[in-house]
Amino acid sequence: MAAETAADGAAHAPTASEYIVHHLGHLSTKHQDKIVDFSIINLDTVFWSVLMGVVGLSLMIYAARRATAGVPGRFQAFVEMIVEMVNDQAKNIVHGDRSFIAPLALTVFVWVFLMNSLDFLPVDLFAGIFRLFGADPHFRIVPTADLNGTLGMAVGVLALMLYYNVKIKGLGGFIHELFCAPFGAHPALWIANLGLNIIEFVAKTVSLGMRLFGNMYAGELVFLLIALLGSTATWWGFGMHIVAGSIWAIFHILIVLLQAFIFMMLTLVYIGQAHEGH
Amino acid sequence: MTNVALVALACGLIIGLGAIGACIGIGIMGGKFIEASARQPELMNSLQTKMFLLAGLIDAAFLIGVGIAMMFAFANPFAG
Repeated sequence: MAAETAADGAAHAPTASEYIVHHLGHLSTKHQDKIVDFSIINLDTVFWSVLMGVVGLSLMIYAARRATAGVPGRFQAFVEMIVEMVNDQAKNIVHGDRSFIAPLALTVFVWVFLMNSLDFLPVDLFAGIFRLFGADPHFRIVPTADLNGTLGMAVGVLALMLYYNVKIKGLGGFIHELFCAPFGAHPALWIANLGLNIIEFVAKTVSLGMRLFGNMYAGELVFLLIALLGSTATWWGFGMHIVAGSIWAIFHILIVLLQAFIFMMLTLVYIGQAHEGH
Repeated sequence: MTNVALVALACGLIIGLGAIGACIGIGIMGGKFIEASARQPELMNSLQTKMFLLAGLIDAAFLIGVGIAMMFAFANPFAG
């Protein structure tokens, strides 16, 4: 009996799967039971994505305000490198008015990169901070490791695709292309053309969102699994935690950059495709 | 076989079969890149940028599969 009360008084250490499931839960307005539930908002995703957007915008505004035509400082040179890279890609891919699209690509690149790089913060950091205040909520830091975050951005790109299609080709031209490309203008082919075009739009949007989600989610989960190696409290477990953790973190730096670059390039490619006909 | 066993088998198959496709694809693409660099070394830099972009695209379906497999392993939406 005494042992029972003593055990009840002590903190309950989580098992491996409890640890991972706790770290995979979102800070949401309601517990999610169904797979698709539009009444729930993941507050941690919203907070971190808005915060990273504000940080990215502030950095760019700061660089623009302090820009000189003379010898540039290091920060200005760094920002100029990024802007030039994005501008070159936009010039190669989009043949039309780029005054909105190139800054859009720059925003997408910087924002996705900042959100992805939140993955470098230690997994238990915010759990520890919350425990200092006595709370123990579910809290996910990386907004792009949430399918809602990435699909939201992909749907934004879809909206831009449709907007530019209508703007360049006209509403009539766009509808004509939906029904007549790629097979031909014969009325018997209209259903097939429409089906293929709808599938193309849906596949582009879903693959854009899920590619970023899969990369970031898998990366975060491998970090959690490596952290579990250290929890075995043996000398080899701890050593493997440090070695494997370092290797994976270095590889993940490449993945973070690469996925932001891919998202930006695909945004440019999809909007560029709207500028050309079939 | 229990539910847990079937979920574990499913996760293994998802990740394994996806890895086959992704690795073969990247291997072929990398081989072509090295061949092209050997023929025309001046194009190496611009081709390298395109190669990294393509590597990310080829890995996409595989990593989506890994994400789904991990979700089934730890936060199975069909369980209980």
